[in-house]
Amino acid sequence: MRIGVLALQGDFDAHRKRLEELGAEVVLVKKPEQLDEIDGLIIPGGESSTFLKLLGEAGFEKLKQFVRVKPTFGTCAGAILLATDVENPQQAGLGALDIVIRRNAYGRQVDSSIREGVFAGSPTEMVFIRAPKIERVGREVEVLATEGKDKDPVVVRQGKIMAATFHPELSDDTRVHRAFLDLVSNETQA
Amino acid sequence: MSNNGNVSTSLRLKTGLAEMLKGGVIMDVTNKEQAIIAEKAGAVAVMALERVPAQIRAEGGVARMASPKKIREIMAAVSIPVMAKCRIGHFAEAQILQELGVDYVDESEVLTPADEAHHVDKHAFTVPFVCGARNLGEALRRIAEGAAMIRTKGEAGTGDVVHAVKHMRQIVQEMKILTVLSEEELYAKAKEHQAPYELVRMVAKAGKLPVPNFSAGGIATPADASLVMQLGAESVFVGSGIFMADSKNFAPPEEAEKRARAIVKAATHFNDPKVLLEVSEDVPTAMKGLAVSALDEAQMLQTRGW
Repeated sequence: MRIGVLALQGDFDAHRKRLEELGAEVVLVKKPEQLDEIDGLIIPGGESSTFLKLLGEAGFEKLKQFVRVKPTFGTCAGAILLATDVENPQQAGLGALDIVIRRNAYGRQVDSSIREGVFAGSPTEMVFIRAPKIERVGREVEVLATEGKDKDPVVVRQGKIMAATFHPELSDDTRVHRAFLDLVSNETQA
Repeated sequence: MSNNGNVSTSLRLKTGLAEMLKGGVIMDVTNKEQAIIAEKAGAVAVMALERVPAQIRAEGGVARMASPKKIREIMAAVSIPVMAKCRIGHFAEAQILQELGVDYVDESEVLTPADEAHHVDKHAFTVPFVCGARNLGEALRRIAEGAAMIRTKGEAGTGDVVHAVKHMRQIVQEMKILTVLSEEELYAKAKEHQAPYELVRMVAKAGKLPVPNFSAGGIATPADASLVMQLGAESVFVGSGIFMADSKNFAPPEEAEKRARAIVKAATHFNDPKVLLEVSEDVPTAMKGLAVSALDEAQMLQTRGW
């Protein structure tokens, strides 16, 4: 299985390490044509406004096509990029995941935190860094993990698209990445 | 694996933000207009300053933390992280910056030091710190004090990349040496580097610093950004190089924007000469600059820090 990690900017290397631990072949994607070589893609954490700038028009269009046919998993900034609606401020996106997501929803860096949420029915460490919050999920979106007393959705899935508002790549728990690899493997076989 | 068991929650969050800034460009800005240009160009963060290093160098006087009012304006104008500088050892300035809510504090040699022996105890803060270093020992002393990111010092405000290169090469070479030494040699190295043995051992094992390692000090062109990143920097700080025409005058905004965009692309495609050529062709000029070799020892900012 060849998994791409969008490597324009951000913590793509943390994702690379995690994927390699789990036995995937990793391609660091910096050019649009590299999307043709991979079975699935991770869009990492970083600055979503920087990603958009670096993708450029051609890269953005190519990525938009990609996420409609191949499994894609976005963490933090990656989740923002995949969303249909972005707030604080409004921002263009790939529109592949029917959610409203609010950037920097918890506050600034001093409000970043490591908390315990629930993924697939069991407690999971979650690293939130200047994290966004999913304010609304569409009817087709499945909530895979929640956090806090209001059970905020923090990992969601719609078809081939997965997104997390925290950083599973910065924790030792590998289950979220394994869930994505399962998704890719099911899609590739189908 | 990340071996998170040994690292405190606080340090994981602090280095976590630095992870998110990798492969990016952090730009010095002195007002909200510049901050907006930087964000639009694709900066991953901005450093809010009263004066950029080239101006500080040209105008002299005591350089202090920027006015909180100005930093607040910049924070309100952009959605990317905002950093600000405090003087070396000036923990009260750092406390004010933390209270203000900046995302990173740079305990910086560019400002006039407030303490001739002590740096800020950075473990005492929730806000993460970045500190400058010229060699491995200095980097590890700052990490021991709680820095969550290291940047090479270079020679700020000159537009001359020579010392950013020197310091990056120095740190990388000193780390490489540690990886082939035996245990008893590491004890001796710890003494030589004047750095805690545990950190020396950590570097010997991993071959790299336990926190992200960025580059700063004299980076002025896309080629400069590529150079320091090929030498091992994980991101770049660009100060005077984007917004200054020379040490006193600002470049026109449209020119600054072109430079900013070009350096952002260069940081991503740092090892792709084809892209580097393209982006270099888009930049009409670079700041005039000041050769570091023409500076007296007393004019050097990099020697500040202990």
